[in-house]
Amino acid sequence: MKILVTVKEVANVADDFEIEGLTIPEKFLEYDLNEWDDYAVEAAVQIAEDRDEDVEVVAVTVGPERSEETVRMALAKGVDRAVRVWDDTLAEVDLVGPTATARVLAAVAEVEDPDLVLSGVQAADDGFGATGVALAEHLEYAWAAVVNDLELDDETASVRRELEGGVEELTSVPLPAVLTIQTGINDPRYASLRGIRQAQRKELDVRTLADLGLDPSALDDDLTLTGLARPESESDATLFEGSAAETAGELETVLRDAGVSAE
Amino acid sequence: MSDGDVLAVAEHRRGELRPVSYELIAAGRDLAADLGGDLHVAVIGGDVDGFAERVNRAGVDVVHTVDEGEEFNHDVYAAATTALFEAVDPSVLLLPNSVNGLDYAPAVATRLSIPLVSDAVDLTVADDLVVTRETYGSKVETTVEATTPAAVTIRDAEWPSVEDPGDATVEPFSVDIDPPSIRSTVRGFEEVGAGDVDIGEAEFIVSVGRGIDEEANLELVEELADALDATVAASRPIVDNGWLPKNRQVGQSGAVVTPKVYLALGISGAVQHVAGMKGAETIIAVNTDPDAPIFDIADYGVVGDLFEVVPELIERFES
Repeated sequence: MKILVTVKEVANVADDFEIEGLTIPEKFLEYDLNEWDDYAVEAAVQIAEDRDEDVEVVAVTVGPERSEETVRMALAKGVDRAVRVWDDTLAEVDLVGPTATARVLAAVAEVEDPDLVLSGVQAADDGFGATGVALAEHLEYAWAAVVNDLELDDETASVRRELEGGVEELTSVPLPAVLTIQTGINDPRYASLRGIRQAQRKELDVRTLADLGLDPSALDDDLTLTGLARPESESDATLFEGSAAETAGELETVLRDAGVSAE
Repeated sequence: MSDGDVLAVAEHRRGELRPVSYELIAAGRDLAADLGGDLHVAVIGGDVDGFAERVNRAGVDVVHTVDEGEEFNHDVYAAATTALFEAVDPSVLLLPNSVNGLDYAPAVATRLSIPLVSDAVDLTVADDLVVTRETYGSKVETTVEATTPAAVTIRDAEWPSVEDPGDATVEPFSVDIDPPSIRSTVRGFEEVGAGDVDIGEAEFIVSVGRGIDEEANLELVEELADALDATVAASRPIVDNGWLPKNRQVGQSGAVVTPKVYLALGISGAVQHVAGMKGAETIIAVNTDPDAPIFDIADYGVVGDLFEVVPELIERFES
């Protein structure tokens, strides 16, 4: 069995940041493995550990050289090898939308031919929440979105999909399939020191679009990024300032006025 | 080519239309007016005739009913929506940015080779379709232009709900679905998150988020809740970490609460959380980040460290 996990290095924006044109300068960004993908990695590694047969777990990412750090994190947690797709064409595009990202990932998946693809529900930065299902459609795989419980047999994935309002949908899909993984499905491990050492020796291949048989038009998704802005604050909150004792005093008044009282 | 029509697909679950269906009508009729076309609304599966009556609201020109199945199945929705799109030939396909919307919208956009922009909070028409969305955890507002025809999913509660009755024509639409193309099987539903406490009934809630840093610090929050005679609730990360049970989770995938007081400690106020608590009478937020979106909906706030403010507060209510 082979599992492909899609991972993304996401940028977190510092509390105080500035915008320059269509970008946020590097000094305001911190990079990390996308939280949802961390759960997807853990799900894949657990399947590999739990099954008697050999399971190979391959991570794939679309990202610059810097993102190898996050990919190595996935390798340190038990992923067997990784593929990173990048070239000058990708580097020059302001926005690669979900359907274009899916096209690139699909080209890797076609080479790898996995039985199962696990993908995070969404990325913490762009938040499209659409790449996994678009990938399934490109591959003509079955899929399930927003999975928070997963049982696997040789032919079927039985999942729970987390709907709104505390309702879960119980669904079965045949393999091969793409599942988008929701946070909370498991308890992602920390990489061990040994894992981190081993990760340095694991295979991490770099592929260009041309290597994958894609030409630059594969990125054409009819989307153009035209603006970045700080949202205007809609806050009309009364903000209390001062020491902790002073602000707690103000909050006490508000709480007592609202009916809260000591017993 | 497209003639400015908009096609929206309503959402229902277990016999009920979901509120976003009426918000899709609001977003759709504005767009159709700007584009000079008609608004088409589709209802797929379930009691399609009953649903068609209910979505027949002001601004809707045509309701298409697709009588296929009872509950949502993404394979049926993807096939029906693709076929309807080809028949109506709209400029914009509008779908809900719900868990189920995102379970078929990307497949439809891929199948039709049209651009997809998800989680829209605003839509305008210039030369292209201009979509506003939030990125980086709502810290940044991004505008994306898509050539039409395009697919867009809209965030719930961003558009008003259209309530006035309409005079749309209702047209049954039959779609040829190849049985083997239905690969997913929905086996049922389960309510989760029931347990010892129903936070939906609580009068006073002390709610805790990522800012609590570690599990051991929850003790401080519980102490405050005791002093205030309040119920402890939490945002998603706390429940994902297993620090509190699922029945304490406030938000889109957890409980919707409407207490007299909601005291949010170390909660940034992601849109999914706010969906569960914006109905509270008085919202108080304590957070170190002055730009945290929680302050946008708070009535009172302290920009500060909960580990300094909370002990002071406990003392004031205990003595």
